[in-house]
Amino acid sequence: MTKYLTNSIEYITSGELKMADLINIDYRLLSVLYRLGINMGFGDESVAEICNKHNINPSSFMLICNTYIYEGYIPSDDFMLSADPKDIITYLHNSHSYYILTELNTIENYINDLVTPCEATRKNIIVNFFSQYRTEVTNHFEYEESIVFPYIKTISSDDPVKEYRIGKFEESHSNIDEKLNDLRNILMKYLPSVCDSLLAIKVLSHLYKLEYDLKKHTSIENNILIPLVNKLENNDN
Amino acid sequence: MTTNEKKKIILITPSKIIAKGLDGILNNYSNFRLEAILSDISRENENVIKNSSVDIIIIDTGLWGYSSRRQLRSMIAEYSNAAVIGINTLSLDEESKKLYDDIFSVYDSPSVIINKLRSANTSDREISENNKNELSLREQDILVCIAKGMLNKEIADKYNLSIHTVITHRKNITRKTGIKTVAGLTVYALLNNLIDPNSIE
Repeated sequence: MTKYLTNSIEYITSGELKMADLINIDYRLLSVLYRLGINMGFGDESVAEICNKHNINPSSFMLICNTYIYEGYIPSDDFMLSADPKDIITYLHNSHSYYILTELNTIENYINDLVTPCEATRKNIIVNFFSQYRTEVTNHFEYEESIVFPYIKTISSDDPVKEYRIGKFEESHSNIDEKLNDLRNILMKYLPSVCDSLLAIKVLSHLYKLEYDLKKHTSIENNILIPLVNKLENNDN
Repeated sequence: MTTNEKKKIILITPSKIIAKGLDGILNNYSNFRLEAILSDISRENENVIKNSSVDIIIIDTGLWGYSSRRQLRSMIAEYSNAAVIGINTLSLDEESKKLYDDIFSVYDSPSVIINKLRSANTSDREISENNKNELSLREQDILVCIAKGMLNKEIADKYNLSIHTVITHRKNITRKTGIKTVAGLTVYALLNNLIDPNSIE
């Protein structure tokens, strides 16, 4: 067992790896595939073959996968620079859509069902807290979508924007996981006893999953996107 | 604590009749010692509570002196680990009854009173409080202030605490509840009936 305890994690660095084998390493990567537009039915094809078909840089794909499944993953500079920020942005953008259009709606519906048996005041307290969280997250994403991503897209173009720098994003990048964490603890520890347990478990499972996913989302921004754009900015000068 | 040791008691009541009567009852039993009889909660008497290591504080429920029974109760919790037993002189609502570890009435027979005092075992009480992660009364007070949007400085002034103490309380509240944000703590306070929903904007 000791060999697993030392620094012997084998990060994904070869495009030769079969896609099916990659998913076997950690099935949670299925959501990464979905957000990059890769569908099931890829047969025996390798990571590089599938990425090329979908016009995704294989390094970008592997960087995202490594960050998603390995805690504290930091890539080498060479590996990072072989990636394309466009792919990272595609992933982040599609994740935003998935959170807002799918996951938060699902959670909201479950919460509404869950608190139905509660008396009106308590019901409103919980529902309002969730909607506050939802607004906060939406604003957070909105800033990235309207300012940060458009800026990054211009870096590799003929007419790069000079007024904005990724450092600004790095400074203002706020934490959105605290409220989610609170919501999970409130529902787990202080849920009024009239609420249905099976529904509560459903909500909590979704909250845990979302929490994990958002944490990885932030890691991809902080450990891949920001350093990569930083380097590209410096190369331009 | 060993059973042979005498349990030390402080009695707080403005009534001489109650004080004399209870003193008389306790004198008939060897395992209790009445350390002090306080007629009110003045600043000096607070110090008596603070500086004595009594096992039980018996308090007249008709007396609070502070703006509420809850505040009085949390002041005692701040200074002493003693069990707090109420003597029921005014009829109490259910919520207020919870502030006391036990309550007896002035009409109870001496044996009932003595049994209640005997079962108010401080050492047991401490263990059970450490095990359960509920907030102490002082922490509840501070949580209510946080939910109302008060700053650390304002909370410190209100309860005559140092800012450092307020911060320690806040850390403990977060550790026990697992809730970090002010909005989340407000939800906790509302769900646990610590604040009136109408008092929050």
